Amino acid sequence: MITGHLLSAADLSKDEALNLLSTAKELAAITDGPNKKLPTLRGKTVVNLFFEDSTRTRISFETAAKRLSADVINFSAKGSSVSKGESLKDTAQTLQAMGADAVVIRHGSSGAAKRLADTQWIQAAIINAGDGTHEHPTQALLDAFTIKQHLRNDKSDLTGIRVLIVGDILHSRVARSNVLLLTKLGAQVVLVAPPTLLPVGVGDWPVEISYDLDSQIEKCDVVMMLRIQLERMADSFFPTEREYSRRYGLNSARLAKLSKSAIVMHPGPMNRGLEISADSADDLKSVIIDQVKNGVAVRMAVLYELLGGAQIGDSK
Amino acid sequence: MIKINNAKLVDNSLVDIEIDNGVITKLGKAAGGKAKDGIDASGKMLLPGLVDLHTHLREPGREDAETVLTGSVAAVAGGYTSISAMANTNPVADTAGVVEQIYRLGKSAGLCDVNPIGAVTKGLNGEQLAELGAMADSIAGVRIFSDDGKCVADPLIMRRALEYVKTFNGVIAQHAQEPRLTINAQMNEGSVSARIGLPGWPAIAEEAIIARDILLAEHVQSRLHICHVTTAGGVELIRWAKQRGIQVTAEVTPHHLLLTDELVENYDPIYKVNPPLRTEKDVWALREGLAEGVIDIVATDHAPHPAEDKDCEWQAAAFGMVGLETALSVVIKTMIESKLMGWKELVDRMSIKPAQIAGYKTQGQSIALSSVANLILVDPVATWQVERSKLHSKSRNTPFHGMELPGLISDVIYNGAQSMIASKVVKVASGSNE
Repeated sequence: MITGHLLSAADLSKDEALNLLSTAKELAAITDGPNKKLPTLRGKTVVNLFFEDSTRTRISFETAAKRLSADVINFSAKGSSVSKGESLKDTAQTLQAMGADAVVIRHGSSGAAKRLADTQWIQAAIINAGDGTHEHPTQALLDAFTIKQHLRNDKSDLTGIRVLIVGDILHSRVARSNVLLLTKLGAQVVLVAPPTLLPVGVGDWPVEISYDLDSQIEKCDVVMMLRIQLERMADSFFPTEREYSRRYGLNSARLAKLSKSAIVMHPGPMNRGLEISADSADDLKSVIIDQVKNGVAVRMAVLYELLGGAQIGDSK
Repeated sequence: MIKINNAKLVDNSLVDIEIDNGVITKLGKAAGGKAKDGIDASGKMLLPGLVDLHTHLREPGREDAETVLTGSVAAVAGGYTSISAMANTNPVADTAGVVEQIYRLGKSAGLCDVNPIGAVTKGLNGEQLAELGAMADSIAGVRIFSDDGKCVADPLIMRRALEYVKTFNGVIAQHAQEPRLTINAQMNEGSVSARIGLPGWPAIAEEAIIARDILLAEHVQSRLHICHVTTAGGVELIRWAKQRGIQVTAEVTPHHLLLTDELVENYDPIYKVNPPLRTEKDVWALREGLAEGVIDIVATDHAPHPAEDKDCEWQAAAFGMVGLETALSVVIKTMIESKLMGWKELVDRMSIKPAQIAGYKTQGQSIALSSVANLILVDPVATWQVERSKLHSKSRNTPFHGMELPGLISDVIYNGAQSMIASKVVKVASGSNE
């Protein structure tokens, strides 16, 4: 059982992560049945506090909470008190006063979730749904779940699996959480990116680094393509969209070089034709839709463990 | 008249002194024993009052964070008899009118010298020189010019400023930060920033400007002062420049002598400062540079901010830390307790040299007959615990809260009058006001 908050993939021990994934699997089996709803979190209030637009993550958390019978409040910064200049502290205290049991926070500032957990602003369980360019731990959990589902049987970890994470590592919270979680579960992780999109200091990470996708594509089990944001081009992280796509995009030629059992992943939303070609995204090797589906199960497991069994409030 | 008995000087001699009419009138070997009257300074060091060349007083404009008066009180509490008000107020101190206003506010507070620093460029915009001559000729007599908070990034403007201030023996104090390399930068760029996902402020962004400005200063034969050096590479560059005889001086802040970027890990904005906290390796290079004299002085970069600007998420928070009241103690801890330098060097780096750089004639004097009496008494062994709610500054943003630090200041004498007695700041001083 995990207790307190989920702020970083580093918060989870290997056993905690594996247990969470098996809980997710059980919950997924139940919600695949005719009655999707469990009474577990009846009477609990989950607030989705989203300072950045994120339709898919918010809907995923909302679905997860509702399937566990929690009351869900969606709070998005646009058109709210935040757009009138309210501080994070005041927003948090407001939610505290309204009796939130868990706050799922997406925020543009790295460390915002940790601040909510560390300060006395609010007592609720905090779940990091993406903080700036730091982490997105439930994305890593759903990715690990999806990899296990396709490449490993129930009990084992990810030892022996080689994962390429390709693209804008520098700005990616998905990459940071996946590096922490997948390596903890035994996977080998290779970060593939132009040097401009790798952070200075990446040498300390437990990963291999490559600037050349073609030299890596044949010998991996998973290729995870990251979304590339077009404004990066204006900041000269790479010269043009087309050059990026040629060197780091997953196209049909590279798809053909993948091993037979390899899978293609993408956290979404995709830029079809840029980091991933349409035929790669729609190929049988693509498990992108499974990722979305598994996201609900994994988030149910996180809410279930933080709010259901464990005592809330005793933070780590 | 003030009498001080049994005070220890930096050469370890014990003296009795008398102060009258603002100057030291008697100085002799301590008679010993219990004196009938005066301050018993047994066990305490007598030092010249400290001189700060980098203080943000926030007035005019942000009187909710600090005023000239509250900043002066904090200065006395920290053993300073002279502080230098940075120009990034609102309005900016870029005209004779604003610097004279700050100067007068300092005089009416009357607790220590408040010397305004003038902006280099109008509105700190980096584009057009402010009226440097008018500020120099004003009653404030400005000699240090700085766009601190912002870098004078344009090399041509920097060159012109360096040349222009030679007329009145001014000095340009540069905040070395290449703006293009630090867009949206939040902390030192390195292992920690990579891990915690905050945009990095690379050491090179500081060093590139230091290198450029050293060469400019050499070319135009002018005086350059580098504010708050934070990197090992910066120390190397300044060492090189001094060996070549270039007229460059440099400062380091107490917080950069003690704290590292590992502290940012929890995203507590109390550690958010510009330039940012660097690595352990940089901290040691700064300490060695200060001991060696490559870095000439300690300056506080005292930067008060109201609570709401720190009680928030990292990226929304303001850069800066208060430092006047903890500076001496942090320097004792980092430099004297580590045996890198002695009290004589401490006095040089915190009083004599800064006064020389700025041309503050009544400050940083040797303790001798007829010297203007700007003096402090410090118990070097006693420790105290930093408690943010007890700071004299209007703001509470100290990164040292809860730390036990050495060095307790008991008395401060400013222009021959006591501005601190028995560790209590005396709010109304009878210094030589206008």
